[in-house]
Amino acid sequence: MSIHADVNTRPPGPGRTAAARLACVLIQPFLSRVVRRTAARHPSLFARLGPHQTTDFLIDPVELPFALHLRPDPEALVFRAVPRDAAPHTGAVIRGRFLLLLELVDSEQDGDAAFFSRDLEVSGDTEAVVRLRNALDDIDGSLAEETAAMFGAPGRAMLARLRRAYLNDTKGQECI
Amino acid sequence: MMSLAELICPAGTPAALRVAVDAGADAVYCGFQDATNARNFPGLNFTPDELAASVVYAHAHGTKVLLALNTYPPAGKLDLWRHAADTGARLGVDAFIVADMGVADYIAHTHPQVRLHLSVQAAASSPEAIRYYCESFGVKRVVLPRILTIPEIRQIRKEIPCEIETFIFGNHGLMVEGRCSLTNYLTGQSTNMDGVCSPASDVEYVRDADGSMSSQLAGFTIDRFGPDEKAGYPTICKGRYTAPHRPEGYYAFEEPVSLNLSRLLPELIEAGVHAFKIEGRQRSKSYVRGVVRAFRAAVDDIKAGRKANIADLLALTEGQKQTQGAFETKKWR
Repeated sequence: MSIHADVNTRPPGPGRTAAARLACVLIQPFLSRVVRRTAARHPSLFARLGPHQTTDFLIDPVELPFALHLRPDPEALVFRAVPRDAAPHTGAVIRGRFLLLLELVDSEQDGDAAFFSRDLEVSGDTEAVVRLRNALDDIDGSLAEETAAMFGAPGRAMLARLRRAYLNDTKGQECI
Repeated sequence: MMSLAELICPAGTPAALRVAVDAGADAVYCGFQDATNARNFPGLNFTPDELAASVVYAHAHGTKVLLALNTYPPAGKLDLWRHAADTGARLGVDAFIVADMGVADYIAHTHPQVRLHLSVQAAASSPEAIRYYCESFGVKRVVLPRILTIPEIRQIRKEIPCEIETFIFGNHGLMVEGRCSLTNYLTGQSTNMDGVCSPASDVEYVRDADGSMSSQLAGFTIDRFGPDEKAGYPTICKGRYTAPHRPEGYYAFEEPVSLNLSRLLPELIEAGVHAFKIEGRQRSKSYVRGVVRAFRAAVDDIKAGRKANIADLLALTEGQKQTQGAFETKKWR
C-alpha cells in the first residue's frame, strides 16, 4: 500500500488535535525510558551517527495520531511524541506506516526496498537518514523485542499481535 | 580449475557480516571507513577493531573475509591504501580486492601471502587485460564487468590463468566500471577515488503536493516519480531526462533495475565461473539475510544435482524490476 493516499492527507480536526496532544502526554514517559535504555545498551550506534548525533529527526508513523521527534545526542537525548501541527522543524523526516518503521528499526525489512516501493519516504538531510539507518542496522537483536520485554509478558504479547496484524495486512506483498 | 561456485556476500557493518556468515556465505567482502573502497558511505563500513573481530567470527565459521581496496588513489597519495593493506594483512583477511595497479603492485610485493582479486572497478574484460594483471601482480581471481554474455565468459575462461567471479544479484551498472565520472561532474566528488557514487550529502528527495517525488543530486533533478510509480537510486546513470527528441522524459543511460541471474546459475557454473558475487554492502541486514539464504539454497541444490528452487527476490530489486542484462543477450539496452 502506498502511503500517499493515507493519513498524510487527512485534515487535523480540532478533536483529533486534542486527542493527539493527550496521546503525546500519555506516551512520553514510555518513550523517555525506551531511548535511555537503548542508548545504554547500544552505545556503539552513536559512533556511526558521527556529526548527526545532534541532528533533529522527525519520524512520522502515518497512521498514529502523533509524530516522534528524535535527537540522538548522547549528551542530551531527545525522543518525544509531538502532535503533527506542533512538530518542530527538523533536519530530516522519515515517514511510513508504524509497523513498517518498526520492522526497519529491527532490520526485518530492507529500507531501500521500502523506498523503492514508495512505502517509505525520506526528506531533508539524506546523509543524516543514511547514518541513522546504518547505525540502527549494526545493532544485533531486536529493539522492538527489547522494548516489549520492558513490559514483561503483556508487552511481548502486544508486539506479537502487532506483528501478526502487519503480516496479515501486507500478505501478498511480501516476496521473501 | 573446477568451479567451486563460492558465494561472495556483502557486509556493510559487523552485524551484517555475522548475518551473511550465518546465512551461508562462503566469503564476505567489506571495507574500511574511508576512501579505500567503493562504498564509502556515511555510517557504513568497518573500523580496524571491528574488522579484527569480524575476521575471527568469519574464520570460526569457515567463511573467508575479502577486503575491498577497490578505489583509485589520487596521484602521489597512496599512503591511505598502503596503510589499509597493511592493516588488512595484519588482521588476517583472506584476499584483497583491488583495481589500481599501484595498489596491486604494493600488495604483491609487501604482502605476497595474501591473495589478490581484481575488482570489477578495473574493468578488465578481455583475456589480454586479465592476463596482464595475473602476470604482473599475481592476481588469482578476476571479477568480470557486467557486460559479457555467458558464451564470452566461457571463452575467456579458457584463455586466462585465474579464477572468474561474476555478479549474480544487485545493482546493475553498465557504465565502463571504474571510469564513470558522472557523480564527479555534478558534485565534485569522485566515485572512483573518493569511493562514493551520488554522495548522500548531495541527495535530496522532494515530495510534491500530488504525491510525486523528485530525486535531486547537487540541486539537479535527475528523476521524478509519479505517486504510484516505483522509485530507484538517485544515480545519474539511472536518471530520467528530457531532450528535444524526447520531451516526455526518458532513461538516457540506464533504467532503475537490478541484476538477478538466479535462473542462469547452472549455465554460469558450467561455463567455469568460480564465485558468485552478491552486490549490496550499502543494504540492510534484512537484504543480506534474504538474498544470501536464497542463493545459498539455489547453489546447494545445483551442486547436489537438484533443480534449484529460486526464491522470488523482486521486492528487493531497484525499481522492483530485474534483468539478466548482458549475461542473457548483448541486445539488452
